[in-house]
Amino acid sequence: MSNLSDIFKNHKAFIPFVVADDPDFDTTVKNIIALAKGGADIVEVGIPFSDPIADGPVIQSADLRAFAAGVRTETVFEIVDAARKQTDVPIVFLTYLNVVFKYGYDAFCQRCQQSGVAGLVIPDMPYESRDEILPAATQAGIDIIPLITPTSGHRIEKIARAASGFIYVVSSLGITGERNEFFTGLKDLVANIRQYTDVPTAIGFGVHTPDQAKTMAGIADGVIIGSAIVDIVAKEKQNAPQAIETFTKSVRTAVDASQGARV
Amino acid sequence: MTKLKAEAQKTRAGIYAGTYGGQYIPETLMTELEKVDHAFHTLKDDPAFKAELHDLLVNYANRPSLLYYAKNMTKDLGGAKIYLKREDLNHTGAHKINNVIGQALLAKHLGKKRLIAETGAGQHGVATATIAALFGMECEIFMGKEDTDRQKLNVYRMELLGAKVHPVTTGSMVLKDAINAALQEWATRSEDTFYVMGSAVGPYPFPEIVKHFQSVISKESKAQLKAKENTLPDMVVACVGGGSNAIGSFADYIDDPSVRLVGVEAAGKGVNTDQTAATIERGSVGIFHGMKSLFLQNEDGQINPVYSISAGLDYPGVGPEHAALAKEGHAQYVGITDDESVQAFEYIAKQEGIVAAIESCHAIAYVEKIAPTMRKDQIIVCTLSGRGDKDVASIAKYKGVDIDE
Repeated sequence: MSNLSDIFKNHKAFIPFVVADDPDFDTTVKNIIALAKGGADIVEVGIPFSDPIADGPVIQSADLRAFAAGVRTETVFEIVDAARKQTDVPIVFLTYLNVVFKYGYDAFCQRCQQSGVAGLVIPDMPYESRDEILPAATQAGIDIIPLITPTSGHRIEKIARAASGFIYVVSSLGITGERNEFFTGLKDLVANIRQYTDVPTAIGFGVHTPDQAKTMAGIADGVIIGSAIVDIVAKEKQNAPQAIETFTKSVRTAVDASQGARV
Repeated sequence: MTKLKAEAQKTRAGIYAGTYGGQYIPETLMTELEKVDHAFHTLKDDPAFKAELHDLLVNYANRPSLLYYAKNMTKDLGGAKIYLKREDLNHTGAHKINNVIGQALLAKHLGKKRLIAETGAGQHGVATATIAALFGMECEIFMGKEDTDRQKLNVYRMELLGAKVHPVTTGSMVLKDAINAALQEWATRSEDTFYVMGSAVGPYPFPEIVKHFQSVISKESKAQLKAKENTLPDMVVACVGGGSNAIGSFADYIDDPSVRLVGVEAAGKGVNTDQTAATIERGSVGIFHGMKSLFLQNEDGQINPVYSISAGLDYPGVGPEHAALAKEGHAQYVGITDDESVQAFEYIAKQEGIVAAIESCHAIAYVEKIAPTMRKDQIIVCTLSGRGDKDVASIAKYKGVDIDE
């Protein structure tokens, strides 16, 4: 297991997301460093996939830009290695399972360990399918970060009990992308999870403004922002690092001001 | 064959078809999949459910479909006797209706009011729209933009039946992308919605459900051939995209060692070109669309764009049970090119007076090759999975014939 859980101990965590190699290698490295400087607690790096079924148009487009830049799985590790020379911010990957499967579960997890990647979020790997990667991840000290959604219901207990690192709480049904309305039962959902585990929770999917981040950080132990940052990268391209550092600082301030206390 | 029987039992008992299958799908859909699984296993052997299904198959879908002796083809090819399992004569013109009726009944029992589906050539979309109309359910169909362009007639047919057709403009805009979009829609709205999976693909239990409802094809053909010839066929041939008509055509023969099962994949411009959809011949093991199976993909696990003249076979994966049958050697899979299938489209029209779907013509093209090599006392049963009206315009275009649509 990694030290990811400790990050949530004394304050609310902010976890921003960028897609690797969007729009190019150097900008992604700078973006990761900018997110760290802006106050990210964990940076989530997306490995591009040809058919990202859990992602909306913003992240789909980012994946296409990364493919246009010629991204390979190895490129993503090299980006992390390059960023690692300037920051020790904890990093987790968001990846579809086939990318890991083709690389080889053992090889992939060892490579993560080598690059200092602490956890994996795999949106198309439900609880039932995690056993095939778990030995490799455990061996390498990598957390498999589970997702719990508003439809998880009776599944929450087994997922929560087996969780390590943190739990990705999906704010709404469907796919990633900016939203103004969320599942209304998020407080109950988080409370339900906390019945079964002390592993921290972070809410993601659709969160895109500092105010929303503040609200979500009040409900859970942390908040994840993806599409809003990827959108900045799309608009600013090579100038993105400066813009996302500014955005990250504003979210950091908002998250720190959230009042929700850990139950 | 006992080994395969054991594999089949494993599928029934749990999740896997051999080393293939599984459930690799976002958590958002898992509770819903559990409900579908439970409904299917509770209802499939329930007498009332079976009676309801049987009534619709007989009185609405026009089953049993004919097992037709293709005398002219048999004579012309000069080898094995050729029988055609006429799924093209079903209501809506393809085998797709068998599965759609079954799944729509599951949806009804689950209290769903809305059906969604992906479609390639449009046959599954038409079948779903048809049953939605019959059951008074809402219906939305996801279809790649490339396919809405080459299958305009079916798009109009679905709209006529009251369905909303969403052209999918992501990725290569074909069947794979339509499945992505339908899965996304189901993840967004599952409470009142049933995803009618059209092929023997996707997360467990879909491959098993589709096989179950399509196995009527082989149950019938076996009984029909016994009545006509008092024997089993020597070979069963069916085209394979995701593999629903093929698994249905094979199902009742899987435990008969004397019956050779042949699945015909779309080789597009050639099995050894990049413009192909021959997944079993060219693919490697991967995880996509909810299942572990064979996929056309690059070494990083990115799914490749695929190509076939046939919108219904234009898919980078294949159902997990086909991958297992191929691995265990219980079925053989071969490729047929665009050119060969178009030739077969014309051949069967002129020989038998049947305009068959371009998908099915891949199977016919293989029969043309293999029948002459077989003895006259041997028998081939080839499934004609659908009728070819939908393809007339695009085949004319392929042949450079200018027709006014």
